Amino acid sequence: MNDRNSSSPLGSEGLNDRNSKSSLGAVGYSNTKATLALAKASFRSIMRSPSAVVFTLAFPLIFILVFGFLGGGGTHIDVGITPGSDMKNPVIGMLEKTGMIRLVKNKSKADYDKLLEKGNVDAMIDVHRKVNSVAYSVNVVYTSASMDKGNILKSVLNNLFYDKNLKPSVAEIKESTIHGREYKTIDFILPGQLGFSLLSTGVFGTAFVFLSLRQTLVIKRFFATPVKRSSIVIGEGIARIGFALLGALFIILIGHFFFSFTLVHGALTVVNMLLLAALGVIVFMGFGFIISGIAKNESMVPPISNIVTLPQFLLSGTFFSIEAFPTWLQPISRALPLTYLNDAMRKVAFEGLGLWDVKFQIMILLLWGIGIYAVAVKVFKWE
Amino acid sequence: METKKAIISVTNLIKKYDDFVAVQGLSFEVYENEIFGLLGPNGAGKTTTLEIIETLREKTSGEIIVDGFSVDKQAQDIKQIIGVQLQAAGYYPNLNLVELLELFAGLYGADVKPMEMLEKVNLQDKAKAKYKALSGGQKQRFSIATTLINQPKIIFLDEPTTGLDPQARRNLWDLITEIRDAGTTVVITTHYMDEAEQLCDRVAFVERGQIIALDTPDNLIDQLVNSGFERKKEVKKANLEDVFINLTGKEWRE
Repeated sequence: MNDRNSSSPLGSEGLNDRNSKSSLGAVGYSNTKATLALAKASFRSIMRSPSAVVFTLAFPLIFILVFGFLGGGGTHIDVGITPGSDMKNPVIGMLEKTGMIRLVKNKSKADYDKLLEKGNVDAMIDVHRKVNSVAYSVNVVYTSASMDKGNILKSVLNNLFYDKNLKPSVAEIKESTIHGREYKTIDFILPGQLGFSLLSTGVFGTAFVFLSLRQTLVIKRFFATPVKRSSIVIGEGIARIGFALLGALFIILIGHFFFSFTLVHGALTVVNMLLLAALGVIVFMGFGFIISGIAKNESMVPPISNIVTLPQFLLSGTFFSIEAFPTWLQPISRALPLTYLNDAMRKVAFEGLGLWDVKFQIMILLLWGIGIYAVAVKVFKWE
Repeated sequence: METKKAIISVTNLIKKYDDFVAVQGLSFEVYENEIFGLLGPNGAGKTTTLEIIETLREKTSGEIIVDGFSVDKQAQDIKQIIGVQLQAAGYYPNLNLVELLELFAGLYGADVKPMEMLEKVNLQDKAKAKYKALSGGQKQRFSIATTLINQPKIIFLDEPTTGLDPQARRNLWDLITEIRDAGTTVVITTHYMDEAEQLCDRVAFVERGQIIALDTPDNLIDQLVNSGFERKKEVKKANLEDVFINLTGKEWRE
């Protein structure tokens, strides 16, 4: 038992090769290397985790598919023509040509009023030649029953009024800033689904991973190595952000090539969207840190996570424009971080704005981020 | 025994949890290149003591020096020269053994080849397996492989043989002895006295947070015998475990 001279069965390259000890000194230790090793491990683990892939990719893609086919590739706006309106004017003609607008003609004023009230007609248009002028006056009446489509019509009309042929003959231009591209269902749905995908991967993924690493003593074992706590959080963060961005890119590309999702400035728009996605997932991961701290076991993670994600799923303009909600609900929508991520995504993708143009939305997200992480630092548990 | 140099010295260690005193004034030394056993019933404070030495837990008072480093000020240096196997610790989910070893190599900043580490604990066939899919003995062997990544001077094994069958247990004893023979100090806790008797160079008995005996297994047994102790039953030349090993064969199955 005590014969220390017996030759080691492990050979000369035994278990305790002291020659390379110097490489392990405190000076030679690299936090970056440790962080990257953790990021790599975490990324591998996420890619093999069915729930991560389902939440980040399959879920949003299913919604995109459903809405992509439901919408038939485009939104239709029903526009009634006020009885007595001049029909032989260029405005009505151009509207008919856009293909998105369906004109509802030859009904009585009372019928139109009913349709308008119910939102079966999205707006009424009345075109008259101005007195003593070659130009036309266009009068549009929107309905609060269909505010989102009304907004689309607004931008379509504005686009028309910029048309060279039409411009000289139209005297009154209502709006002048809204871009009037063809606004398809996918242009609305995809950014919303993307935002929701980022929310769920940030919240569920982070909460589950840190809770299970804590409960299975994986983190405790890490603490027996020289690794820093910050390396563990940053490594995990890099992996999750990387995975979320890959998912986002995948969703954007599928949307663009299969459902003609509008990317105004092409690759630049994609880069801007990915930067927004990174900001979004970082903010949402904060919720995950908080949940991992307050959940006592794994079965408590889904209910608590749903409290965070479901209201945002429904109220943050994922499926419907928040303007379609009752007015008492809208302030709640406008308080949620996902609302601003969705809003910024749509502006960047569809209107072609730069990141500086959505600085307000980014600022609100950053404020949320500061608040969430302030709480996370308080409630997060290492063991 | 030749004169020994202490690699771990614990002086008057106390650990209190609120009003419960888990460790009350422990003092002992672990010599370089020995297998040192901490023995005692559950809740005696073995794991708490180990975790304080491993820098995983704060102590209430006392002094601990590990290879010249103090746990108070040089925890980081201590982490570099020790390997730790925790009781019932899991590993990062969804990764295979090679990937887990790569992760630990990164965490320790060590440059090791995962396959060589697996060969040392005879798990090269399981390179692509997940930790969860291993048998009890394999899990413990893998845990020991992760403690060796940074070529530590001391490794701590907390109940490594609990729940293993006799073959796997003996197999692990051989591995632990090899590690000691290669120059590493081993600190181990166990509930099995036959194991401590065979494996450990010295053992300390811990009871209610205090050391009640510390010596080589031989000396401790002699002292008891000299005090007039006699077993009730005549000792036979073999025991039931010998029968088990004899009937089921020595080689270790997975």
